[in-house]
Amino acid sequence: MYRYDEFDHDFVRDRVKRFRGQVERRVAGALTEDEFKPLRLQNGLYLQLHAYMLRVAIPYGTLSGRQMRQLAMIAERWDKGYGHFTTRQNIQFNWPTLSDTPDILDALADVEMHAIQTSGNTIRNVTADHFAGAAADEIEDPRPTAEIIRQWSTGHPEFAFLPRKFKVAVTGSPNDRAVTKAHDIGLRMVRNAAGEPGYEVIVGGGMGRTPMVGKVIRDFVPKADFLSYLEAILRVYNLFGRRDNKYKARIKILVHEEGLEEVRARVEEEFEAIRSGAAGPAVAADPGEVARIEAYFRPPAFEDLPAESRALGTALAADAEFAAWHAVNTAAHKRAGYRIVTISLKPIGGAPGDATADEMRAMADLAERYSFGELRVSHEQNIVLPHVKLDDLPAVHAALQAAGLATANVGLVSDIIACPGMDYCALATARSIPIAQDIARRFESAARAREIGELKIKISGCINACGHHHVGHVGILGLEKAGKENYQITLGGDHTETAAIGKIAGRGLDAEEVGPAMERLVEAYLRLRQGPEERFLDAYRRLGAAPFKAALYPTEPGQGASQDAA
Amino acid sequence: MPKPSKPLIVTGNHLFEGDVIYLTAVGGWSREHAEAVVATDAKAAAALLEEAKAQPEIVVGPYLAETDLGPDGRPAPNHYRERIRTLGPTIPVGPENALLGKQAEA
Repeated sequence: MYRYDEFDHDFVRDRVKRFRGQVERRVAGALTEDEFKPLRLQNGLYLQLHAYMLRVAIPYGTLSGRQMRQLAMIAERWDKGYGHFTTRQNIQFNWPTLSDTPDILDALADVEMHAIQTSGNTIRNVTADHFAGAAADEIEDPRPTAEIIRQWSTGHPEFAFLPRKFKVAVTGSPNDRAVTKAHDIGLRMVRNAAGEPGYEVIVGGGMGRTPMVGKVIRDFVPKADFLSYLEAILRVYNLFGRRDNKYKARIKILVHEEGLEEVRARVEEEFEAIRSGAAGPAVAADPGEVARIEAYFRPPAFEDLPAESRALGTALAADAEFAAWHAVNTAAHKRAGYRIVTISLKPIGGAPGDATADEMRAMADLAERYSFGELRVSHEQNIVLPHVKLDDLPAVHAALQAAGLATANVGLVSDIIACPGMDYCALATARSIPIAQDIARRFESAARAREIGELKIKISGCINACGHHHVGHVGILGLEKAGKENYQITLGGDHTETAAIGKIAGRGLDAEEVGPAMERLVEAYLRLRQGPEERFLDAYRRLGAAPFKAALYPTEPGQGASQDAA
Repeated sequence: MPKPSKPLIVTGNHLFEGDVIYLTAVGGWSREHAEAVVATDAKAAAALLEEAKAQPEIVVGPYLAETDLGPDGRPAPNHYRERIRTLGPTIPVGPENALLGKQAEA
């Protein structure tokens, strides 16, 4: 893992010191709220429905056991004993007070964490594949690239006041677990004809009120040049991105209105100017600095292990519950004798992504004992132990059971993404969490959930789409209609390398209608699929929307059950 | 000024804790929705909002919210957003898996 150098430490401490002074001046009346608000937002402090909310950055979703313990301490000392892991791989504390916040930021700085640029029209916390450095399908660990982007973008004076917020995601694998096509910039590691690794650069993806799948602006950028290329994109966006309308200010709108070719031409021109030195000092990171950063992400001291584990085999044969968890919550590792463990933060009936302080400490314990001290936060609001020996999986499962963290539902129907929604969020138009809880309870049977197979339900409580509903196989968007909560259903979304925006299925549903509609939808899928290997999304793509709409709206003209065969 | 369609109250968040607060008849602030002072015409509502805005050392983001009036004439939330603001999250959370906010005290 990356460790702060002297510059990082000084920078973060200085920001805390300055924010402490800003809070004192706000309380003393020397700063108005209009003056103070942008300052607190630059430090991740929002004001939500019931309280302040502090959004803490977890760069590329990687954190240590020590950092997780500190988050637990913060949750207990200054919050209400829990935190919420988000789709941007961050954690949010829902109940800090204004005057405690500088102390919280100091406690974060103690473990090399901060909340800088988790808000505002800046380059936000860079996200990455949560299996980075462990995935069997990976070309290279993308986290050195992500860390270089973090250092380049943090406090970058030219990009402190962009037209709108800007999000970058990086993956080193062909199987996209980082949602790169729904970010302002997505970097996807590929090899060129010579076999050299570099990045395919995707631009203009995003969700919100105008969802768009990102477009490839360059097939291949050599690793040495990726930062110069990012700088070129940001300069073009900063100059030409709209500032007259916040709803048209994201780079996706620039790409849409100007056209990819026009944006590409401007970016390439700027890129060449940067590389030639005509546009000022070089941007690319110094090779020595790159090597220093890469050294932090060298693989841990893996043991040479056989590909099979007798202890694991025995446990799988003896314990059906463990076997079910193993099948669903673990994934292939690049090293023989290891697997990746995903800890579900989606207990049936729980709030998706929430973890108590005790649970955080339990996960930190497991990381330190079984996973080289490392954890990851996934954009699907789960926690990952990236490097677990096969021999240790039974013990890890037993410890998770003891901690109440052994829900075996990763990737299944009850592994639902949900934003905080109107239970917390000032922007929300409806609640998300109770809808997720209702659906999860309807699919509580683990055996039935496994029979259904991969099904990604994603719920947002407003059009800003923090719950990624646009790219859910089933998306649920909470809106207000005539003073009541109303939920719009979309079908066919996909967050992976085959990214797609879901299509609206029909009229919005009242809250109490959503759960039964999901049951009908799943029943229709089970009836229509060609076999268990055909996922919901595959069946939807083969059959089209009609039979699924018929299941959602069985009593509406033209949508009856007889339409199933259409 | 036109008569508002519903009675109005002034609400915002407390500067220190972020708690939801309501302007009261004596110019102070309460955490109880029912203790909010009610304006029944636009002029009175605007005056209340100005009174709130003059207290930036206490309240952040004050605004006028429509309200119902209960049988006792006291204000009661007329929209689910205001109801959730008043009572707290509607789902049990945290280490005690408990409701937080005023509904927990009900």
